[in-house]
Amino acid sequence: MKADAEIFWLIGGIGGLLLTASAVTFVLRRRAGAKGGAVLENLAARVRAWWVMVLVFSLALATGGIGSVVLFAFVSFFALREFITLAPTNQADHRTLFWAFFVITPLQYYLVAMEWYGLFSILIPVYALVFVAARGALQGDSRGFLERTAEIQWALMVCVYCISHVPALLTLKIPGYEGENGKLLLVLVLVVQMSDVLQYVFGKLFGRTPIAPTISPNKTVEGFWGGALSATALGTGLWWVTPFSWWEMALMSFLIVLLGFMGGLVMSAIKRDRGVKDYGQLIEGHGGMMDRIDSLCFAAPVFFHLVRYIHT
Amino acid sequence: MSRNFAAALIRAVTGIRMIPAARCPSPPAVYFANHASHLDFISIWAALPPETRARARPVAGRDYWCATPLRQRLASEFFRAVLIERQHVTVANNPLAPMVAALAAGDALIVFPEGTRSTDGRVHEFKPGLYHLAAAHPAVPLVPVHLQNLNRILPKGDILPVPLIASLFVGEPMHLAAGETKAAFLARAREAVEALGRTRQAA
Repeated sequence: MKADAEIFWLIGGIGGLLLTASAVTFVLRRRAGAKGGAVLENLAARVRAWWVMVLVFSLALATGGIGSVVLFAFVSFFALREFITLAPTNQADHRTLFWAFFVITPLQYYLVAMEWYGLFSILIPVYALVFVAARGALQGDSRGFLERTAEIQWALMVCVYCISHVPALLTLKIPGYEGENGKLLLVLVLVVQMSDVLQYVFGKLFGRTPIAPTISPNKTVEGFWGGALSATALGTGLWWVTPFSWWEMALMSFLIVLLGFMGGLVMSAIKRDRGVKDYGQLIEGHGGMMDRIDSLCFAAPVFFHLVRYIHT
Repeated sequence: MSRNFAAALIRAVTGIRMIPAARCPSPPAVYFANHASHLDFISIWAALPPETRARARPVAGRDYWCATPLRQRLASEFFRAVLIERQHVTVANNPLAPMVAALAAGDALIVFPEGTRSTDGRVHEFKPGLYHLAAAHPAVPLVPVHLQNLNRILPKGDILPVPLIASLFVGEPMHLAAGETKAAFLARAREAVEALGRTRQAA
């Protein structure tokens, strides 16, 4: 990957955002004093965790391709761990799950690393689909067979297949943009995550009308539009680091934001059904890995395929 | 140090978090839990706060832990396990004697009163050992523990682990009540473990 000036501008900008967030948090906590309460504590924890996540992510990008592939392989692994923990599989699924964690997941990322698009794009939707069902049937336990099988297949699709499209952006051969794909990856993750943050902020400030109160009581119409429009503006403002024109990037950003919202909503529906608030406790203030990447699950594969369709 | 490191590693792999020190009565004490996986005792051991862990001794079957030299060393030197006879019990090797002695010496025991690992997800009837311990040391707190998902990480009869997240829930310490019969006490202790599992599912 080329270490061009643009990527430093992007990472510098993110650093600036984090500095601002830390400063705002500091001022808010100082002003609130002892009666700061849980919301500010959580905010401070979230900002601290963001620093760590941005640092790890930037270091992975700096290695060129392989660091990002390995980083997202671990992201998938931890997300899968949380997802399967909540899914009521039984003992008959044990060996299938062993394959899912230790064969299918590494293989998917190995295919990204070796840039074998043909197999990367069908390994899980075709081969893992067949394997998981057949392995389960051979085990001979028919109780809840479809539910158990579908849960494992879904877990692999969402946590591994979808997420693997983030580092797969690095494998796209875009004419005139060779060696610059790291910026696409950065912009995708930045727009999706900033949309989450901004929806949270707008929701806290102006949120009144719940969008889906039975699924995610914190998501509001005001929060959604405030966050979606400002994150779209942010993405549009970054058109110069992408292979897109400004209006293409505006449409693309809005689509990413919309899919990010849907991803978050769907993963919330699963949590609600299982009666939990978070998928885990891996990331301080944020919950589990799955709570942080839920909005990437749907946005990443669609963004990948749109870029691929338009530019290669 | 290596014990703290091993405990941190076990907690990282199983996803079990350390029990707050305030919830652990100072030794001597008895921690009793449901049993469904080989990982059960090391998970409780790893979840105990370091001061309690230093005095914790798992109670385990001699037949299994003396089967190979490695297991024997792990059991006696690393975990300081109280190894008890399960198969040819006589007056001379009464399994209760070493447990009672360990409590008298001020240690904390980790016991699985079902006697063996459950494979159907249920908590089975408790064997009477816990009652005899409570009768011998009525002042020692008995702490119920409920373990979840460890049997999904490593089920009975399998050797390949799957990296899921397990949980451990600690209840309020209990004692043998005055005049309580063996059957009533064992039922109450078993109910204490089961109740921890139910509150978790409702949460």
